[in-house]
Amino acid sequence: MRFWNTYVLAHSIEEALDILSHAPGSALPVAGGTDLLLEIQQGEHEPVHTLVDITHIPELKRLEETEDHLFIGAAVPVSRVAESPLVRHHATAVAEACSQIGGPQVRNSATLGGNVAHALPAADGMIALLALDARAEVASLEGRRLEPMENLFKGPGQTALDLRREILVGFHVPLRRLHQASAFGRVMRPQGVALPILNTAVWVERHGEVIGDIRVAIGPSGPVPRRASAVEAVLRGQPCDQETFAAARRAIRESIRFRSSPLRASAEYRYHLSGVLLEEVVIKAWQRTLEPSVVEAV
Amino acid sequence: MSERLHLWVNGQEVDLPVVPGEMLSDLLRYRLGLTGTKIGCNEMECGACTVLVDGEPILSCSFPAVRAQDKHVLTIEGLSKATEEAMKPSTEGSLHPLQEAFIKYGALQCGFCTPGQIMTSYALLLRNPEPSDEDIKTALKDTLCRCGAYPAILQAIKAAAKAMRTGGPVESPVIPPASKPGKYVGNVHPRPDAVAKVTGHAKYTDDLHFEGMLHARVKRAMVPSAIVTRIDVSKARALPGVVAVLTAEDIPGEHNHGLVIYDWPILVGVGERVRYVGDALAIVAAETREIATQALDLIEVDFELLPVVSDPVQAAQPDAPKIHPNGNLLKHIKVRKGDVEQGFADADVILEHTFYTPMHDHAFLEPECSIARPTPDGRMEVYVGSQIPYADRQQIARALGWPETRVHVIGQLMGGGFGGKEDIAGQIHAALLAHATGRPVKLLYDRHESLIAHPKRHATQIRVKVGAKLDGRLTAVETELYGDTGAYASLGEKVMTRATTHSSGPYEVPHVKADCYAMYTNNPPAGAFRGFGVMQSAFAIESMMDMLAERLGIDPVELRRKNALRVGSVTNTGQVLRQSVGLLECIEKVEAEMRRLGGPNPFEPKTVPGAPHLRRAWGFAVAYKNTGLGGGAPDKAGAEVELRRDGTFQVRTSSAELGQGLPTVLQLIAAEELNQSPRRIEVLLMDTDLTPDGGPTTASRQTFVTGNAVRYAARALKELLTSELSERYDVPPEQVRFVEGLAQINGHALTLQQVAEEMLASGRPPVTSYTYWAPTTRPLGEGGDMHFAFSFAAQAAEVEVNTLTGEVKVLRMIIANDVGYAINPLGLRGQVEGGAIMGIGHTLTENFILKDGQVVTDRLARYRTPSIVHTPEIISFIVEHPVAEGPYGAKGVGEIVLIPTPPAITNAIYNAVGVRVDRLPVDQEMICKALNNC
Repeated sequence: MRFWNTYVLAHSIEEALDILSHAPGSALPVAGGTDLLLEIQQGEHEPVHTLVDITHIPELKRLEETEDHLFIGAAVPVSRVAESPLVRHHATAVAEACSQIGGPQVRNSATLGGNVAHALPAADGMIALLALDARAEVASLEGRRLEPMENLFKGPGQTALDLRREILVGFHVPLRRLHQASAFGRVMRPQGVALPILNTAVWVERHGEVIGDIRVAIGPSGPVPRRASAVEAVLRGQPCDQETFAAARRAIRESIRFRSSPLRASAEYRYHLSGVLLEEVVIKAWQRTLEPSVVEAV
Repeated sequence: MSERLHLWVNGQEVDLPVVPGEMLSDLLRYRLGLTGTKIGCNEMECGACTVLVDGEPILSCSFPAVRAQDKHVLTIEGLSKATEEAMKPSTEGSLHPLQEAFIKYGALQCGFCTPGQIMTSYALLLRNPEPSDEDIKTALKDTLCRCGAYPAILQAIKAAAKAMRTGGPVESPVIPPASKPGKYVGNVHPRPDAVAKVTGHAKYTDDLHFEGMLHARVKRAMVPSAIVTRIDVSKARALPGVVAVLTAEDIPGEHNHGLVIYDWPILVGVGERVRYVGDALAIVAAETREIATQALDLIEVDFELLPVVSDPVQAAQPDAPKIHPNGNLLKHIKVRKGDVEQGFADADVILEHTFYTPMHDHAFLEPECSIARPTPDGRMEVYVGSQIPYADRQQIARALGWPETRVHVIGQLMGGGFGGKEDIAGQIHAALLAHATGRPVKLLYDRHESLIAHPKRHATQIRVKVGAKLDGRLTAVETELYGDTGAYASLGEKVMTRATTHSSGPYEVPHVKADCYAMYTNNPPAGAFRGFGVMQSAFAIESMMDMLAERLGIDPVELRRKNALRVGSVTNTGQVLRQSVGLLECIEKVEAEMRRLGGPNPFEPKTVPGAPHLRRAWGFAVAYKNTGLGGGAPDKAGAEVELRRDGTFQVRTSSAELGQGLPTVLQLIAAEELNQSPRRIEVLLMDTDLTPDGGPTTASRQTFVTGNAVRYAARALKELLTSELSERYDVPPEQVRFVEGLAQINGHALTLQQVAEEMLASGRPPVTSYTYWAPTTRPLGEGGDMHFAFSFAAQAAEVEVNTLTGEVKVLRMIIANDVGYAINPLGLRGQVEGGAIMGIGHTLTENFILKDGQVVTDRLARYRTPSIVHTPEIISFIVEHPVAEGPYGAKGVGEIVLIPTPPAITNAIYNAVGVRVDRLPVDQEMICKALNNC
């Protein structure tokens, strides 16, 4: 009945992988634990024999700009992600999403790695990473690899990672170039469950007065998170105007199968909101494409 | 890894063995005894457990203790010391400016969330010494206060921040005194328990520990309707560490409990009926809570499942399965005045509509906890936060088969009650286990159990039919109510009676007919909850009044004014109101302010410039609520006042403090009568050995009833002291006077200490007791005075509706309450604002959801109470139409503050976007669909 028997603070990826693969009973990596520990406490997840805390591994706490990407360590608290000038510039949608996860205390524990590993179809941080075309760096006993975000999910709440052998190291987000920008938005309902009815993240590249390129992620829009490629297709190459949004709304209806969930929202309400939210978020990102292309003050 | 846990807590180095599975909150509370850190939900929702780890606020309830290895943890107990590092010390004593500001601004009531609020605020100020309102709302977003002290918390943080920036003292808030303040009553005065609550030293039941104490847990049915066919506890009994497992057959005394009707089984036995998911089947006491929890899983139970009755209308069908032997009708309640058919015949306009309200949970942040402890002299002590200590004593004794005096209930600080701590929770179970084991037993509910087990607010269906003349005068009101009283009676009959008698609103109506069916169902029991049924019926009638105003083309305020109760009016139960009817003044105050802020047409929708999809409008509603039990029930309270040997006074009564501020009220009353400053007066409450029975803390009655008892007991003590001294010093009584700490006898002064010593030496102890009987009331149906006083209120709410999404925000509220007399203006402010915020919660965020008798909202994450982000600007007016019998003219305030809020908001929504909300809570999807045809 104990939530865990052994709780290990790992100090390196190798140590964490070693303990995970050799632990006598069940074993899982844990970062903020704001999902996993809660589920264990509430009996929705079996107690775990060995929990390997990865929040003391320096590499997983890195948040830095490299030559071609922004690296956000999997164990960086989302409060730090939300406030980071680097993230706010290069991955505005991720910063916006992270600033809305839970409350301030939760954000000091919760991590993007956990948000992604928990694999819920509408996790705010994950939806934003998806729109930003981030790639996840995964460490295993065999070495490191980069995975597109889409490859990390098997089903609702089911990660494709083998958590006995693999650890999320962090996320590589392409650096923001001139005339590129991103944004995130969501709609909640005040009652019932604390999950958003709908969230949307958008990355856009402006070509003059048309949407040169765009990526859209909408959650929850299926068992696993995925980009809304049919919606992207109707927006791409079009001006950012009402006609385009009308087409996007049609594309949402034709390509996305929203579900009705009795305590959160009907599918009809989600279709309507999705059009409203998409327009709001695209316009927000579109306006940002005119911002300067360098980080103002790091 | 190291097997030792090493960290610093409040600057002290701690080195302890690692305990597997231990969260930081457990380490702090149970191994280090730092019980200032509270557990409200244990699911990362409420923020009560907030502490700082290396300067960042985290939720210690779900933070593994091991993760704090080599880190610095700061808890509420360490805050005063923390000033040395980052902040200037407070100018007054050792309190941190935040602690001082929370006290001054009345930013705490029950105090249970206070450590979390202060720690979260402290973390904010570390990073942001000059936070805006928005910064504060962002930082405190998920640190919940069920008393709704948010407006005061916000102001307190700003005042503390300023004091810290400037190094000056914490500025005092501007809170008007009563219109005719006395020397003490009617003036702003801090709570006597405030320092303990802001420093984390205040003890709630779960903060107590006794040597050899066992931990109890309850095996609950978790099916809503069944016959128990088998219970096998043998495996649970065999588990090492389990000391006792009891079932129904082990109860030595009576098997049922209940506040009015003994219909609630303490434990459901084999062959007996399960009526809701929370029914208890077995109770376990073990060496640890973990073992007790494990034992629950080893108890085997078989059921024969029965059909589920899940709503009151279904329960009233002739073919509905019978939940109790006498059927499903707890009570058919009737109100008749005049001839309603004639009233409708006289009407020019008739409207009819049906409204729905859901169950609500009190969601007091302190979950239920009881500790029972057998004493060597063969008695049983029960430590519990209870609204009715003497009823607990009676019910515990009954279950043990003992005389009542063998049980000693020692009331503890309550982390909120709101009516939800009137019924028995774990008191009897803990006592049975303590009796069986001979050891102290603690029974603490977790939030999940609390949500499932304790009585809720009644869900209702209310049909309202009104008739009116073209000029707006009401000719008839007919209402039909169905109330879901759940599995057991609790206070259901009383609650639904109040709902029924108030269902035609605070209006003089010539012809009234109201019928209410309080029905048993297989849902959790429904009982007392702030507003006591009137919140539900006010939502219905006040929505209908706006519908009528629209139909007649009359201003909604004017329509209410025209029909409002006033002195000389006859209520729907035939009571002539002879005094203290401040409704019209409440209406005027709110209306004037609303038109000042909202212009001449506050009910017209306005578009927000630059955001055409946002529409704003005001809405208006009024209400009334009885003070006291009424309906012919004897309503009395006992109190004692004693001059102690040290020259201070003690006031004693069993009446309960749930956070509402009764100790301040009683302290101020005694101070006024004895002409001594409040600091010389200690108030002792809720102890069945030491304090006389003050009756239940319910029905907004304690200020009036216990307030009077204390007032008269204090007067009697003053008379006793006077006569004693006048005799002893042979002076006429007029020449004996009392001033601070002294008795003056004809120019000669004695300290009160000397007075006490002299009286004790002469065998005349300086103590008086008084039992105050409130004015007699008459049962419903007999006419005359059904209640001895009513409070009145008007509220206006300004909302903003997002027409694209249906989302609703409350921006501003204007409130006026006729409270008779404002004895304790600081506490009153807390009640007024907290009531409105609870009303906002009931309207926008709260919905206790059941599906076929199963609780869907069984976690705080699913039952959302309002947070500081839902807090609007609140403008409050206190109206004082004194009631002659009340202490200094005061009447009740605890409930009226909440009642008009839901219809004020829903009327505003209608005014903003033309969508009538007839079902609580407001469903943004419904609004969106109505506006967008989606």
